[in-house]
Amino acid sequence: MKTDQESLRDPRLAQALAGALHRAAPRRPVRIVHVCGTHEITISAHGLRHLLPDKVTVLEGPGCPVCVTSTVELDQAVRLATQGVAVCTFGDMMRVPGTELTLDQARSQGAPVHTVLSAADAVELARRSPGQEVVFFAVGFETTAPGTAAVLVDDPPDNFSVLCSHKLIPPAVEYLLDMPGTELDGLLAPGHVSTVIGAKAYVDLVRRHQVPVVVGGFEPLDVLYALVLLVRQMADGEAKVENAYPRAVAWEGNGQAQELMRRAFHVCDASWRGIGEIPASGLSLRTELSQWDAAMKYEIQGEQGQEVAPGCRCADVLVARAVPADCPLFGVGCTPLSPVGPCMVGAEGACAVWYRHGERPVV
Amino acid sequence: MTRGDASMCLAVPMKVAQVEGNVATLESDGVRARARLDALGEPVVVGDYLLVHAGFAIRKLDPADAQETLKLLDEMLTAGDED
Ligand code: SF4
Repeated sequence: MKTDQESLRDPRLAQALAGALHRAAPRRPVRIVHVCGTHEITISAHGLRHLLPDKVTVLEGPGCPVCVTSTVELDQAVRLATQGVAVCTFGDMMRVPGTELTLDQARSQGAPVHTVLSAADAVELARRSPGQEVVFFAVGFETTAPGTAAVLVDDPPDNFSVLCSHKLIPPAVEYLLDMPGTELDGLLAPGHVSTVIGAKAYVDLVRRHQVPVVVGGFEPLDVLYALVLLVRQMADGEAKVENAYPRAVAWEGNGQAQELMRRAFHVCDASWRGIGEIPASGLSLRTELSQWDAAMKYEIQGEQGQEVAPGCRCADVLVARAVPADCPLFGVGCTPLSPVGPCMVGAEGACAVWYRHGERPVV
Repeated sequence: MTRGDASMCLAVPMKVAQVEGNVATLESDGVRARARLDALGEPVVVGDYLLVHAGFAIRKLDPADAQETLKLLDEMLTAGDED
């Protein structure tokens, strides 16, 4: 018998769904954006773009937290580490270029930089080494923010603090929809972010922008199914939120995770690499928790980062105005082993995914 | 598809092997991991499947739900033929 995963990758069903996609697609060209590195991995690894009708384009937007963490924030983390503060962060962040150094390079020069799998590991380190200041460099979207919130409301030790760079998906999508030159007709909404915030989180956005939104899972059939629902809405001139991933996403989302985030954070403006400042798109610590706020505890304000390396087209890739292969450096001057821009660094960055899976522009 | 790297984003459902307070020990293909349960808001028992991001469980999954998805697809495809 097939495993569930095999069933959700069944090529025969994939072909059938591709057929449905061709029948349902509107005659005009349509552009669909997704905002999730894991969606890009599914699409590229399974060659799903080759199943799409010519007129349907699927692009990755700002869906990789590593790629959108601003240089200023990265430089702050590097500065803390070079001052002797133990900086803990997810492995993905280690090789992201800062203005001068990556965290990895700072570590090879002797700075105390640690990779952790969870915010809880950073608290653990702080508990084990009472004389050592420990900062958790918190990056990621609504999927990782609840973990940071959980340790913050759990009375962490005094030598622990959080450099908070968490970002929110719906405001970024809204910004993208408003941006000239993106011309987007629909959103394939990210499965696991939606597990936390719920499918309902897109209702306002749909009302304001009149674009279809479908929450999709991460197996090939999940993605194709969500795309069929999207193009059907487009063909019918509809704009509503649909949930094509009910096995992991509830309409209301995860109430407990939302509550933790409310207790730990307030919403703030945030700077996205390559895009700039997006209103109300980030999280910072509530004032009651400021004793654990690295931005308050240390002199790290006023860093000025250089956002994007010369020649790198990440800024366009991140807003779905270009695909990685449009960049003259793609695979030539820029590869996962020697990345020029952040999109080539994270396992989820559009450029890294395209490089690994040999994607060519089908757009 | 490789999901072995420790990316903060990639999530695989893992099976609960043990629960101690707000920490679960999980297993998937012989890989063991630990996850905090604070962000979940529902009780967890051995044998449950959890979706875990960056060391915190964010959702309990029911393996039978994959069959539900397949049913949805099937309905879509059969209905599509009548369009
Ligand atoms: S290929 Fe490299 S240089 Fe070009 S956009 Fe991507 S990350 Fe930037």
